[in-house]
Amino acid sequence: MKKGYKVVIKPNIGWDRKPEMAANTNPELVGALVRMCKSAGASEVIVFDHTCHDWKKSYANSGIEKAVTDAGGKMVPGNDEVYYKEVELPRGVNLKKTKIHQSLLECDVWFNVPVLKHHGGAKNSISMKNLMGIVWDRGFFHRSDLHQCIADTATFHKAPALNIVDAYRIMKSNGPQGKSEADAVTLKSLIVSPDFVAADTASMKLFSQVQPTDIKDVRYIALAEKLKVGTQNIEKLNVKRIKL
Amino acid sequence: MKFFKKIRVVLSLLFFLPILVFFLDFTGKLPTEMHLFLHIQWIPALLSLNFIVIGVLLLLSLLFGRIYCSSICPLGVFQDIIAWKSRLFREKKKKLRFDYEKPQNILRYSILVVTVVLFVFGSSFLVILLDPYSTFGRIVSQLFRPLVIWTNNGLAVLLNKYGNYSLYKIEQLAFVPLAFIVAVIFFFKVSEMSVRKGRLYCNTVCPVGSFLGLLSKVSIFHISIEESSCTHCGLCEKQCKSQCINSKTMEIDDSRCVTCFNCLSACKQNGIKYDLRYKRKSSSVLETPSDIGRRTFLLTTGAVFTTMAFATTKSIGGKKDSILTRKPIMPPGAKNINHFNAHCTACQLCVTKCPMQVLKPATLEYGISGITQPHLTFSTHIFCSYDCNICSSVCPTGALKRLPVEDKKLTQIGVAKFRKNMCVVHTDETDCGACSEHCPTQAVHMIPYKNGLTIPEVTEDLCIGCGGCESICPVRPYQAIYVEGVATQLRAQKPAEAKKFDKKIDDFGF
Repeated sequence: MKKGYKVVIKPNIGWDRKPEMAANTNPELVGALVRMCKSAGASEVIVFDHTCHDWKKSYANSGIEKAVTDAGGKMVPGNDEVYYKEVELPRGVNLKKTKIHQSLLECDVWFNVPVLKHHGGAKNSISMKNLMGIVWDRGFFHRSDLHQCIADTATFHKAPALNIVDAYRIMKSNGPQGKSEADAVTLKSLIVSPDFVAADTASMKLFSQVQPTDIKDVRYIALAEKLKVGTQNIEKLNVKRIKL
Repeated sequence: MKFFKKIRVVLSLLFFLPILVFFLDFTGKLPTEMHLFLHIQWIPALLSLNFIVIGVLLLLSLLFGRIYCSSICPLGVFQDIIAWKSRLFREKKKKLRFDYEKPQNILRYSILVVTVVLFVFGSSFLVILLDPYSTFGRIVSQLFRPLVIWTNNGLAVLLNKYGNYSLYKIEQLAFVPLAFIVAVIFFFKVSEMSVRKGRLYCNTVCPVGSFLGLLSKVSIFHISIEESSCTHCGLCEKQCKSQCINSKTMEIDDSRCVTCFNCLSACKQNGIKYDLRYKRKSSSVLETPSDIGRRTFLLTTGAVFTTMAFATTKSIGGKKDSILTRKPIMPPGAKNINHFNAHCTACQLCVTKCPMQVLKPATLEYGISGITQPHLTFSTHIFCSYDCNICSSVCPTGALKRLPVEDKKLTQIGVAKFRKNMCVVHTDETDCGACSEHCPTQAVHMIPYKNGLTIPEVTEDLCIGCGGCESICPVRPYQAIYVEGVATQLRAQKPAEAKKFDKKIDDFGF
């Protein structure tokens, strides 16, 4: 990230849930990232999500709106089709084109900041599943093989500079919105990688210690690897395991 | 006493503006407590059996006459504003514009009687259509509010272009042709009557006006003409928007007088007084009570037959299963369909306050008696928000019982029905789970299917009918999971919490 850059941070703000439930990205993490971008000289830091619940309530009750505006960032709505512009996905299998939020198309660099969660439909929601919040028409995903469409979206030419997976609190069950705080587990962890597939693979291994899950069932990870989005073979990568 | 009119105008605006603004507000930023302004309306107070308000309103009417019509009723004030503004389009010589006219007694009392009788026989049809407050609510919500939102959206698009997001686009989803047509008809009819004939609507059509007219005939204070000072100049008559002053005979029809005090201000001789009725001989009563009694009796008989005709047409239709039509889904707090249909006046307040816009005025879902009463309709992203109880907290008529959020979360307004043979997991053998994803209670949850796939299952006892599942189901036009309305809202079971995980994880896992 360079001085004067227009930055977008895309957390998960899908649900009208308080931070303790781990349904959304941790507001403190988002706030800290906005501050870092600002102090690195970003001209503007924009944060948005295409929410599932009422967007105003989700922005407010997730704590993210306050964290972002306090840190000098700007919350932008994603609730209307006018904010989305069509983009070709030439490498996509089922999803050949889709409408993506204009702020991502216009920015100089963006960061994908999901929260690690169990998910009733996609099995798990991590960095690639978080991309469903940058597109307008999600119904198409559910109609046309959810996993393949998620993998297809990960071929979007403007990849995030980093995937920053929030695993401070994870949602182990009843995802993606959770029933109560009992679904949340505090791991105080963070997984960071520019590689979607590697980030999701590592996250699944962390997650499986709490809730054993076969990564093969999270089909979009293998499908994305097939589309050369990244690698599941994280042992071949230069992984830094840091404990504080 | 010339300042009486000014007091009346100020008082009217104090009641009118908060109601107007509350109905127009689409941001949800105004405090919901503003609904208290609506509890002091006659019909809502009667339906919710708010005895304090009823007592105060009765006392006001018996003391001062039709203060309610003059200042408290938003439709009354609305007519005054329309008539006042219409002066801009009049020729100058036509400025003084009213003449005495005879009361439409047969019409007004028969409407009153038919409305009451129909209600007693279980149909709110006329209460809904004729309650002046609810008529006002429908006009504002169906006609004025869209204009305000369009203006906002226009500005929002403009500002957003320049990177300013202080305004945002509001989608308008509550367009229902029948509700719109009802609002248009009343808007034009009420406006036209008020421009031509002042308060003719209040004195002919409105059942509340007719009822209060019976009280104002005997109110302690009333308006009268002092014979000694009257020159029969007719200024008072020309200013009387109720057309109830006969300046030639110096008679005033108290039953139609809405105590607007225009005549007090108009009279140059100070010949019109607003004071005690019972200190002098009453010469201003136009009809003897027995006269009215005889007429209304005859009319009541006719009304009963009309009622029978209406009562038999009320039905909630039988539906085919293959297409997605069903029993109507009532807002949370409606208790049961009889209570709800009888108490809701379709004022549209809950419809305008619903942040999810899931509430819409009904067409014939509740039968002919329930047109424009609110019901839930789900569409993509439009469902009943789990933590929201706004509709039940603002309802002024008691049709929706006030529900604390914790109770609302357990109130079953409908039950999800899963049609497996239509589900994409079954038909396409791919993962989906959008319904379960949106289910706040996990009444809709995923169970193993085949090849590592999972498929939805509904635990009906846990389902509250919020429609999250139906709203997001990708199978269209008829969803594979949908919510069936219930006739009586029961309490759902409290969802069990997940087992807490309290082992310490110290490894990366990779």
